[in-house]
Amino acid sequence: MSDTSHDTPHGSGPSLWPIAFAIGVACLLVGLVISWILVVIGVVIAVAFGVLWARDVTRDVRGEVPQVEPETRAVADEPSVSTTTATPTEPLGTSYTRSRFLEASTIGLGAAIGAVVTLPVLGFTVLPSFTNLEEHDADLGPLENFPEGQYVIATFLSNPAAGEVSRRTTFVRNNGMTDAGEPSFTILYSRCVHLGCPVQPNGPIDEEAAKKVKNVELRPVLAQSFGCPCHGGLYDAEGNRRAGPPVRSMDRYTYSIKNGHLVLGELYSVGNVSGTGATAQISRYPWSVPGTHVDGVEAWLYPIVPSQVTG
Amino acid sequence: MAAKSKRQTMVDMAVLAPLDWIDERTGAVRGTKWFLFRNVPRDVSWMQTLGSAALTAFIVQALTGAILAMYYEPSASIDPVTGKPVAYSTIQAITDDLTLGWLVRGMHRWGASVFIILLFLHMGRVFLFGAYKYPRELTWITGVLILATGMLMGFTGYLLPWDQTAYWASAVGINLNGTAPFAGPWLAQFLAGGPEISTETLPKFYAMHMLLIPGLLIPLIGIHIYLVTRLGVSSPPWSSEEAGRERPPVQPTGARAGLVRGSGGD
Repeated sequence: MSDTSHDTPHGSGPSLWPIAFAIGVACLLVGLVISWILVVIGVVIAVAFGVLWARDVTRDVRGEVPQVEPETRAVADEPSVSTTTATPTEPLGTSYTRSRFLEASTIGLGAAIGAVVTLPVLGFTVLPSFTNLEEHDADLGPLENFPEGQYVIATFLSNPAAGEVSRRTTFVRNNGMTDAGEPSFTILYSRCVHLGCPVQPNGPIDEEAAKKVKNVELRPVLAQSFGCPCHGGLYDAEGNRRAGPPVRSMDRYTYSIKNGHLVLGELYSVGNVSGTGATAQISRYPWSVPGTHVDGVEAWLYPIVPSQVTG
Repeated sequence: MAAKSKRQTMVDMAVLAPLDWIDERTGAVRGTKWFLFRNVPRDVSWMQTLGSAALTAFIVQALTGAILAMYYEPSASIDPVTGKPVAYSTIQAITDDLTLGWLVRGMHRWGASVFIILLFLHMGRVFLFGAYKYPRELTWITGVLILATGMLMGFTGYLLPWDQTAYWASAVGINLNGTAPFAGPWLAQFLAGGPEISTETLPKFYAMHMLLIPGLLIPLIGIHIYLVTRLGVSSPPWSSEEAGRERPPVQPTGARAGLVRGSGGD
């Protein structure tokens, strides 16, 4: 028994008719767009080769089954043929049977198809939370609305299209002029850096002096500290933690002066503030979720935060 | 035995024949018998019903939740009629306007707590009875996963009324996730759909609450119940009876007396 006998095709071999049939169908579809003649040609081709294909496939069922050897696993019967030369170890590759190939290719194709479907869905699930995040500069109105040395509770819509759900509260203090002659502001963000509850100023609000300019509400307040109602976090006038569970100083907004208006920029996190007002030294870090350390050993737990990547 | 009565024949024709027909094709009747008519230790008590109670609570949650979904709308945009967010307005309508809406919402709202409480009681019973031991380790592990996904249901469901409590409690919950090392800030931003809770957070939590997490929870419950059925109910730790053992056949008193150790033989 020679080795080649195992490779002899048996049953119905591969057929070219399906390819011709597919060409006919393609011709038909193109014809639908271009011309009816092409449709007729396509139908003729598809029907003709479809019939041939069907005949080919059903040959075994219709006609006599040709006398063929049953399929055997290669090598399996070799020892019985030549026991003297048989080696106990199979040569590499001979045991890779058709069924194993089909099994592997089915699983592999299935995995590939699954990945093609899953990966975009997974990306769509996760990526929108991190990409194309809209940032809007918020105009808090003329500088005259911010008396020097006093905190003003300023609320504004960070994304006017989203509506009230985007309303943010800041505590804005006009620090007067810096030594360089530029206006200085301390703008604390009201979200507690413990777990994000709304921090409240510890002092009376001057409701009579409250102003409302478009979507911005300004209410002066006599406060030298801020407290969080949820878990008792307490901050001083510079936003440094004085008591309770917060892990860093209050977040701040960058700002700029445009046409005599105070305009808020991006939010950033603060490790600690030394000094006060215009001369304060602020250790600034990329914004991170409340509850995460930005400095010290604990910050090693948060080596990369989303705002570093999304900008 | 005498020939079947006419009545018996009619019952066979009307009930048993269709059941046989189904069972022959699906095995459903045998499967139901396997699931329901199984041996349990003789000394089980009400303690072993906590799991079924939790399952019942879950079914109540699923039904009431499906019905609430017909009237609730997870939108943060402002309703032009009420001037309030649509989600909050629909909750108000369910509670105040729709007939028996207050009852179904109340069942869902309080049933959520009942479900979690029953899960913990069930877990405590299994722990104290040592019922998590061989061969039931995987039953315990799937049970822990059910508890975790059940709590995720509670977390995502809490935001849906879209009131102040919902908003701030969810903010705290999301930020709690954010404090996890390394991945925490990413997880928090994923949950909120951005740096903070926004209009996108509400439908996201709604989809998780009624589609994604139930899709996890229901198969887990199925596996859990399959394992319970397969492995049988365990006896209490003080039991002298082996779990899942067949009941000994009823025997005449005399022979039975002979089984008692020390009195046998005569």
